[in-house]
Amino acid sequence: MSSPASKTNFASIRDSILSQNGKEYWRSLEEQADTPEFRKFISEEYPHEIEEWDSGLSRRNFVKVMGASLALAGLSGCVIQPPEKIVPYVKPVEGMLPGTANFFATAMSVGGVATGLLAKSYEGRPVKIEGNPDHPGSRGATDIFAQASLLGMYDPDRSQETTFRGNPKTWESFMTEVRASIEQNRADGGAGVRFLTETVTSPTLIDQFAKIKTEFPNSKWVQYEPVNQDNVFAGTKMAFGAPAQPIYKLEKAERILSLDADIFSGFNVAYIKDFAAGRALTEEKKDINRLYAIETTITLTGAKADHRLAVKPSQMGEVAKAVAKAVGVAGATSAYTENSAWIAAMAKDLVEHKGKSVVVPGNNQPPIVHALAHAMNSALGNIGETVVYAEPMSPGTDKTQVEQLRELIGDIDAGRVKMLVILGGNPVYNTPADLKLNAERMKKAGTTVHLGQHFDETAEHCYWHVAEKHFLESWSDGRAYDGTVSLVQPLIAPLYDGKSIHEVVQLFFKEGFDKKDHDIVKEYWQKADIKSASPVAAKVENKTEAKPAASAEAKPETKPETAAVTTPVAEVAKKEAPKPEATPAAAVAGAAPKSFEDNWRKAVHDGVVPNSAPAAKTLTATTAFMSQPEAKPAAGGSLEISILPDPSVYDGRFANNGWLQELPNPLNKVTWENVALISPRTAKKLGINLNNDEREYVGGSQGASFINTKGGNQFSDLVTLKYQGGEIQKPVPMWIAPGQPDDVVTIHMGYGRTRAGKVGTGLGYSAFDVMRSDAMNYGFGEIAKKGETTTVASTQIHFNMEGRDLLRVWDLEDYKAHPDMGHQHDEYPKSMYPYEQHQAVYNENYKWAMSIDLNSCVGCNACVLACQSENNIPVVGKEQVNRSREMNWLRVDAYYSGDINDPEGPHFQPVLCMQCEQAPCEVVCPVHATVHSAEGLNDMVYNRCVGTRYCSNNCPYKVRRFNFLLYQDWNTPQYKLMRNPEVSIRSRGVMEKCTFCTQRISAARIEAEKDGRKVRDGEVVTACQSACPTGAIVFGDLHDPASKIAKVKKDHRDYKLLNELNTQPRTTYMSSLKNQNKEMPDYKAPAPQKHAAAPIADTKKTGGEGH
Amino acid sequence: MQDAKDLKQKLHPSMLDGDHDYASVTDKISDITLKKRTPFGWFIGFGLAFMVAQLLMFSVIWLLANGIGIWGNNQPVGWAFDIINFVWWIGIGHAGTLISAILLLMNQKWRTSINRFAEAMTLFAVACAAMFPLLHTGRPWLAAYWLFPYPNTMGIWPNFRSPLIWDVFAVSTYATVSALFWYVGLIPDFATLRDRAKNKYFKFVYAALSWGWRGSARHWHRYEITYLILAGLSTPLVLSVHSIVSFDFSVSQVPGWHATIFPPYFVAGAVFAGFAMVLILCIPLRRWYRMQDFITHQHLVYMAKVMLATGLIVCYGYAMEAFFGWYSASQYEVFMVKNRIWEGPYWWSYWLLIFCNGASIQLLWFERFRNSEFWLFTISIIVSVGMWLERFVIIVTSLHRDFLPSSWAMYSPTMFDWSMFIGTIGLFFTLLFLFVRFVPIISIFEVRTLLPEAHEHGHHQDFEEKVNTVQESDDKA
Repeated sequence: MSSPASKTNFASIRDSILSQNGKEYWRSLEEQADTPEFRKFISEEYPHEIEEWDSGLSRRNFVKVMGASLALAGLSGCVIQPPEKIVPYVKPVEGMLPGTANFFATAMSVGGVATGLLAKSYEGRPVKIEGNPDHPGSRGATDIFAQASLLGMYDPDRSQETTFRGNPKTWESFMTEVRASIEQNRADGGAGVRFLTETVTSPTLIDQFAKIKTEFPNSKWVQYEPVNQDNVFAGTKMAFGAPAQPIYKLEKAERILSLDADIFSGFNVAYIKDFAAGRALTEEKKDINRLYAIETTITLTGAKADHRLAVKPSQMGEVAKAVAKAVGVAGATSAYTENSAWIAAMAKDLVEHKGKSVVVPGNNQPPIVHALAHAMNSALGNIGETVVYAEPMSPGTDKTQVEQLRELIGDIDAGRVKMLVILGGNPVYNTPADLKLNAERMKKAGTTVHLGQHFDETAEHCYWHVAEKHFLESWSDGRAYDGTVSLVQPLIAPLYDGKSIHEVVQLFFKEGFDKKDHDIVKEYWQKADIKSASPVAAKVENKTEAKPAASAEAKPETKPETAAVTTPVAEVAKKEAPKPEATPAAAVAGAAPKSFEDNWRKAVHDGVVPNSAPAAKTLTATTAFMSQPEAKPAAGGSLEISILPDPSVYDGRFANNGWLQELPNPLNKVTWENVALISPRTAKKLGINLNNDEREYVGGSQGASFINTKGGNQFSDLVTLKYQGGEIQKPVPMWIAPGQPDDVVTIHMGYGRTRAGKVGTGLGYSAFDVMRSDAMNYGFGEIAKKGETTTVASTQIHFNMEGRDLLRVWDLEDYKAHPDMGHQHDEYPKSMYPYEQHQAVYNENYKWAMSIDLNSCVGCNACVLACQSENNIPVVGKEQVNRSREMNWLRVDAYYSGDINDPEGPHFQPVLCMQCEQAPCEVVCPVHATVHSAEGLNDMVYNRCVGTRYCSNNCPYKVRRFNFLLYQDWNTPQYKLMRNPEVSIRSRGVMEKCTFCTQRISAARIEAEKDGRKVRDGEVVTACQSACPTGAIVFGDLHDPASKIAKVKKDHRDYKLLNELNTQPRTTYMSSLKNQNKEMPDYKAPAPQKHAAAPIADTKKTGGEGH
Repeated sequence: MQDAKDLKQKLHPSMLDGDHDYASVTDKISDITLKKRTPFGWFIGFGLAFMVAQLLMFSVIWLLANGIGIWGNNQPVGWAFDIINFVWWIGIGHAGTLISAILLLMNQKWRTSINRFAEAMTLFAVACAAMFPLLHTGRPWLAAYWLFPYPNTMGIWPNFRSPLIWDVFAVSTYATVSALFWYVGLIPDFATLRDRAKNKYFKFVYAALSWGWRGSARHWHRYEITYLILAGLSTPLVLSVHSIVSFDFSVSQVPGWHATIFPPYFVAGAVFAGFAMVLILCIPLRRWYRMQDFITHQHLVYMAKVMLATGLIVCYGYAMEAFFGWYSASQYEVFMVKNRIWEGPYWWSYWLLIFCNGASIQLLWFERFRNSEFWLFTISIIVSVGMWLERFVIIVTSLHRDFLPSSWAMYSPTMFDWSMFIGTIGLFFTLLFLFVRFVPIISIFEVRTLLPEAHEHGHHQDFEEKVNTVQESDDKA
């Protein structure tokens, strides 16, 4: 600084800084550092170091900047720091207690079906999703999509702002420009305006669209999504003359026939719940339902079925006719002659249960099958009993969604569309190949607007993209499967600059276009008038109307009548929402006329609008449709190819959700991609996966490399797949699926995304490359081997039980005749240490235990994701799954039995830490990182763990999970918000495992201790238990003789897994039951010799000989 | 003289070839360290070994930076190369202790010329082995001290029921005693080197290492007692260390691990592997350094016989494992045996093991193969591979398919599994090359006792004569 020139420079810089507002000093310095003057100054002062200055922040530069800052700061003198106000909660937010969770009712809609949820929230951030016990569609349970929606909200890849051609714009500029183009369209009544949405059942949104229709009479609203109810409505139209929404009452059905209806997958937990209610075998209820499944691809329903028949997709129509004929539907004739004994015996059983049976057609079956099913239900007297009909929840069902899309595409091609508003959905990705809304068409569609949560394939081709709010951030409503209106309320202020669909639609109105979603929804309901109803009345009415006799029998989720305390799940609904809108339920429950405000608050609080389910329609089935020819896809190719939604990522909308990607496919345990399923016989015929070991019932072909670069030993042959003349762009990995009918390939949608986000982009192949509007569900085609293989990440590679007594499936009759056939003999008297002695400690405490009823479990995976969400379990990625390092604490094991070409099952068995009383893991840990608690839990002390993995080696159940690498994302801020603060985040090198949700136990214990009482039965609900739609999981204190768990454990079906190892697990299982029809040709008589030991010889039996 | 020679042959059959006296023995052995120019081959060998050892260093750094996920270990197979290598190296170490301690106590004279480098081998093998129990943990920086019992503010002791804690004690005791035993045995030789060294630095270092040894009768007296005590201490260690290592497996309940036969079977396996390694080392060593006079043909034959004997014990172990599996009538054990031998995907490793450890050693029944350096060397290499495979079979094939088929998975090693393993071999040879260069590879003073002159009952020498000669030679030195 010797030269006078530099002095002037310095002085001028100082002046320029000081001349600015002092309060902006720090910002100014940074800005100043970037000005040309400053650079010049630096280059003159430190001529040889200017380059370093330019190149980001190195250590050297950091010191330099510090020095420069100090120098400048000194020159500027004492700048007054900007005043900052710290505002504490002078008036605390009502109901908000730091560290205590609140629950808010909300709802999630997929495919137009809303599922009522309760979101658990800590200090204003949702951390866990539970089912809403008051909601008919969830009744306290959840599905995988609802559990994973939490990660969906915190997804860092979500679109965060409004963009125009990919460049950020403000919402205001969008509003201005769009409203300008709306005005241009007003003259011709909006003839060029098209709205494209997914299935909409939201009353508010339907009302908004009705208003648009009045303002723009010529505009059109198209609803399309690839997984839709087209066939349902077309089928009811055939059968009844008008589209109707069938609502099944599975809990009343003693005989259920599924015509390719996968009632256990997807998002309708109510059906699973109802089925499980009919399936439950209790002391009072000695009969259980019987499930027949005729299906084209092995599904959860087929796996659970007592009798399953696999047929080709093209045969389903004729098979349905054959069944119809057999159950006495007038005028039914069939060309299908195979399996006549099967159909006859099954039909006889259905006929014998008139009014108590039900035929359920699958959504992917052609309309004729639906019509036939309705005719059968009519002939069987089931209508009004086990199936009722309602008006479709969504408008415009007289035209199928595919027809609506076809019209839209026609209009675009003809140049009639001037403005295309895509509200949700991803049509550029998921429209059928012949009606593809491709880039070319998007260009023709005039002004294109897209509202979506991700900047996806569709957003890429739209002029405008508006970030959509997640349902946990917005106000809305929707209808449950039975039509009950569910209200959606936000849990958190939008993380990003998002808008809800209501707000975007509102823009098209002349008046009040800038209303917020809250006002829109509330105003609609003010207009529609939420009827007041006392809580009890509402419940009763709800049940009589929507779910007659539902949940009358005690289910685990049913609240104990006496309960007045607040516990995490069982009592969630009573927890008060701290929103100003929400008033305590008690206040609303008072007498006298209630204002709208009261009713509104109560409805928001409960999550449901009382009495909102539509009345049942009285319909009479005709059989005139029988003469109509069945519309079949054009034949061609040697194979039939069926297209199904993916069990995990559905139609692709969940592709960027790591939890769902890593969630094993329930049947074949494949993660992170979609494979094409093929039967073992066809695979052999076509030379696919030739190294497959049939004994393992696994889909890939084996092989092991001795230097492992990718991990995994499951290899799949890659093929090119042709469907109806089209070819899937990416190679398709083939997977052998026992139970798949021969010469049928099943492909799943939802993959092959090109713009899904960091997680989902580039995984798998896209079925939408080939799906056609005239062959949405199945078609014909062929496969050709490419001669290449790929590794497929599957979490289970051996589906054969090897004759071990692990998953017990008994014949119901057999069990009734020999109820104690599974009796196990406890081994602990053989211990060297007196058992009573170490029991003495435990006797004073709670004795937590769990029972899982395999008879109820349908393998839906909801527990797996509930556990993942509750316990902050990381996602590890495909490569690590390939190396068999997935982290799920709870897994659902699947085992097939029988011949691989005609297998039984797979049967499902959720496996979590057994909390052994004699835990093999505890003795071998050198540092006491896993120890027994006084309440009998096998505790894991993460901080103490050094990671020898000895515990895992010695665990016979292999439920321990090791952090081989740093799997947790410590940096992404969104994930920090998402995590459950009650569960520690495990670092690398640490073993982890299920703890029976010890944090939930502690919370209940603390509550109980505050009241000076014991924890009540049902007060602690584990995450898996609360999510389970079937109530298969029971948890409680074994020392309480009145508890449900104590009762369940006395059941003859209760057994311990690997009892002979004397680990004395606290988690036990209840044998699954098969309710077989003896007259069926595929009846499998139980092995007789198994019963020889039925009268238990206490000394000899070591357990495990049950079956 | 003829009968004296015969007697010599009878007493110490070819334990010392050539025409040696005290001076020539001392010269010949100490010259390697002091006089001879370091052979060019040494530099090549050392350089190669050192380079391979760098692979270990890199792998360990990578391991610490990323976690053991860089290996192939996975959910059912929690232990793999890490523990295989640990057990393998520990096993190799056993021969050294056995030679130095048990054979000493049994007064087997032939141990004297091989015990030094066998002990060195033990030390280096234990060094290679000891890093695995630490590095195989997920958080070695904690395991390094949490595994040791010390009073701490947390009030937590290690879990004394865990075999891994027993391992910590067993291995650390073993390493300590082996090091002491080796070093104590070296003191008189260091003194000899000190006396003969011309280079003042060498002289200084050896002087420091020899702790002022003057060879006085009192020194010898103390030495003999110490050495005997250490031998006494080492002897149970030979049996205990590998027994305890085997407890890591047999205490658990994994089928294939949970077997009562493990302790003796592991010890025999260890001695077997150890002798194979001694042969691998001494066959080239005696040739390169022209030590055939001291490590005679007869030594090799003896070692071959020990290898055959222990190998047969190991084979008996294999047979018994299969028998127990069947005899247990436990379906898991039966399955394990079937899975290991023919039904499972790792059947090849079992048969390779049977070939290496069972079939190949049968050649040693024949004198022709025992007498051939080539065959001994080849068989020793095969046995070393076989013993590694044995641990692979026990650890990996037992773990990969245990109780619940749903959790079964395959294991395959990654590049880092191999680099860690090969790296330890590099470290082992690096240490060995340094040892060969700076320490007398054969115990000088003990070999001198093999000389006929040292034998007090020799016909042609009386006791007085012997004492004189010893003094003479010491004076010469």
